[in-house]
Amino acid sequence: MSTRSAELLMAAGLLLLSLGLMWTVLADELHIGWVEGRGPGAGVWPFWLSAGMALASLWTLVRWFRGATPESRNKAPYIDGQSLGLVLISFVALTVMLVLVHIVGTYIATALFLGFYMRFIGKHSWRTTVNTCIGMVLLIYFLFEWQLTKYLPKGATMFEDGFLWIDNFRWQYLM
Amino acid sequence: MLDIATLLGAGLLQAFEPLNLMMIFIGCLAGLFIGAMPGLGSVNGVAILLPVTFLVPPTAAIIFLAALYYGAMYGGAVSSITLGIPGASTAVATVFDGRPMAQQGKADQALTAAAVASFIGGTISVILFTLFAPPLAVFALKFGPQEEFALMVLAFATFIGLGGDDIPKTIFSILLGLVMAAVGFDIISGQPRLIFFDFVELQRGIGFLVLAIGIYGIGEMLWTLENSRGKVRIHAVSTTWKSFKKNLSHIREYLPTTALGSALGFFVGTLPAAGATPASLMSYGLAKTFAKDPDSFGKGNVSGVAAPEAANNAASTGSMLPMITLGIPGSPTTAILLGGMIIWGLRPGPLLFTDRPDFVWGLIGSMYVANFVTVALNLALIPLFVRVLAMPFTILTPIIFILCFVGVFATTDRMFDVWLMLILGLGGYLMRKLNYPVAPAVLAIVLGPLAEQSLRQSLISSRGDVMTFFERPISLTCMLLALALMIYPIWLGIRRRRAGAARGPE
Repeated sequence: MSTRSAELLMAAGLLLLSLGLMWTVLADELHIGWVEGRGPGAGVWPFWLSAGMALASLWTLVRWFRGATPESRNKAPYIDGQSLGLVLISFVALTVMLVLVHIVGTYIATALFLGFYMRFIGKHSWRTTVNTCIGMVLLIYFLFEWQLTKYLPKGATMFEDGFLWIDNFRWQYLM
Repeated sequence: MLDIATLLGAGLLQAFEPLNLMMIFIGCLAGLFIGAMPGLGSVNGVAILLPVTFLVPPTAAIIFLAALYYGAMYGGAVSSITLGIPGASTAVATVFDGRPMAQQGKADQALTAAAVASFIGGTISVILFTLFAPPLAVFALKFGPQEEFALMVLAFATFIGLGGDDIPKTIFSILLGLVMAAVGFDIISGQPRLIFFDFVELQRGIGFLVLAIGIYGIGEMLWTLENSRGKVRIHAVSTTWKSFKKNLSHIREYLPTTALGSALGFFVGTLPAAGATPASLMSYGLAKTFAKDPDSFGKGNVSGVAAPEAANNAASTGSMLPMITLGIPGSPTTAILLGGMIIWGLRPGPLLFTDRPDFVWGLIGSMYVANFVTVALNLALIPLFVRVLAMPFTILTPIIFILCFVGVFATTDRMFDVWLMLILGLGGYLMRKLNYPVAPAVLAIVLGPLAEQSLRQSLISSRGDVMTFFERPISLTCMLLALALMIYPIWLGIRRRRAGAARGPE
């Protein structure tokens, strides 16, 4: 896709988003005007600002048709072909990691993600990869779970139960 | 005057408390590192590391983040000079002369000049800060909701007038941030607003950190991955005590431009849309204009390194001024700091000076100390930072992604927000590629709730009369300035078109 088409698509998409926002405010039956005795209604802010967003998108569309923005004259690919692969694979890997967080929990998911990225994209040695993964997992556990007392997602019950051992160990021997 | 000295003394003492001093050290070190990495700047560091600062009390937390902000300004110069790639957008102007100097084998001289100029810039601006902040805060105590709202309008208008980006896209970005801030329960009527697809999670609203980490963590890394492929050559830097002393003796050459750049940087930094990047570019331009030998700029003139470095450090302090005294951030980084202060339960603004002098003066005191710490660390660790630059992105990128995920989860305890961060980050990246500026949206989501509240309060007290904003002198001045800023670029465009039409079709 060229930058030119991307700009048209983006402006049109954002116009739709703005209209959708305006519609949501109306559908929720929020007041978009002055409420007698109470002041501006709850919908005034989101509705009229979304209307402004819609106008700004229309303005961009007009400028696109007139070729006024540099993007609308740019026929080069929207995402550079050579780096598209890297951007895409990074984003997909990140998404997969977040899905895995729901299933196997934070620690295994982050270790797998970091391991995959370092070993298969970065071509680092197994030694560096494994050491960094272990270090990262320990750092997250220490900083967030221990010091900030956050309960990071542990995934399915099976994995969550496994974690009890570690937490018990910490409470019994390290606190 | 004496009051200020007493308060500053107390602040300095506070900065020397062990925990705070440690925070200054870690913050400066982290900032130097983050600033030096190409693609990461102060705003990314502050956004990604804000969740971790909940470990320490608010004063120590803001001292850490302010030190990081500082350090990143110093650090940016390292990669500008040794790699020829700006470590952050704030160090773009440093490349112009820093790179040629490195190619001539004078990298150490350039790095020393950058550090010394940063120190001078930081010191001058923190002194200006100390002098300006208390009277400004006293002045701002008289502000009512009308003035608050007018000030925020003015802040957003600076993006339109001075941001230099596409105007409709800038307006869109501002409004999008303001609307996102409205998601969730309305504070006045209690009605739920903009709950898309009935996601219950949206009732608590979209946290500014979700957007900030999405854009400055995920989006920024995707952007860097796309733009910084390919190997870069690092220039060797040798530092010895002897060469260091020799480099210091060059100070006299760039002292005037440094002083000028510092003052300029401070005042440009206080403007919301401007900040450190334009300040450093303007300072470079000014140094070149007033130089005796303007032709030597761009070919390795040491003043060309010192001027932008002084300005970007001064600007980072300058942008703290409106944040602390008025509650209006002067840069995206301070917008995130402001959001953090709200999470810590502090309301930025003039009342902070009377209610929490320990916080304000502790921060100001820490800025003085941080300046010394950063210049010392920077000069001592230059060889180390140069080595760090060789660290491959395949280690740093996944670690930052992981920190974004854990950081967002830690602040809100919900996976929903993590997914939202991912989507916003991707959206921000795709929009940024089409020249939609992202900083206004981050500023807007932080200021949104305050802006809406002050607008509604003003309108309620005036019974719906919009003229209330134009009847009070201070808010009238802000509104007129804002209007002028919004009209100026449009007028400029029309004039340019007329000039084009007069010349006839080409």
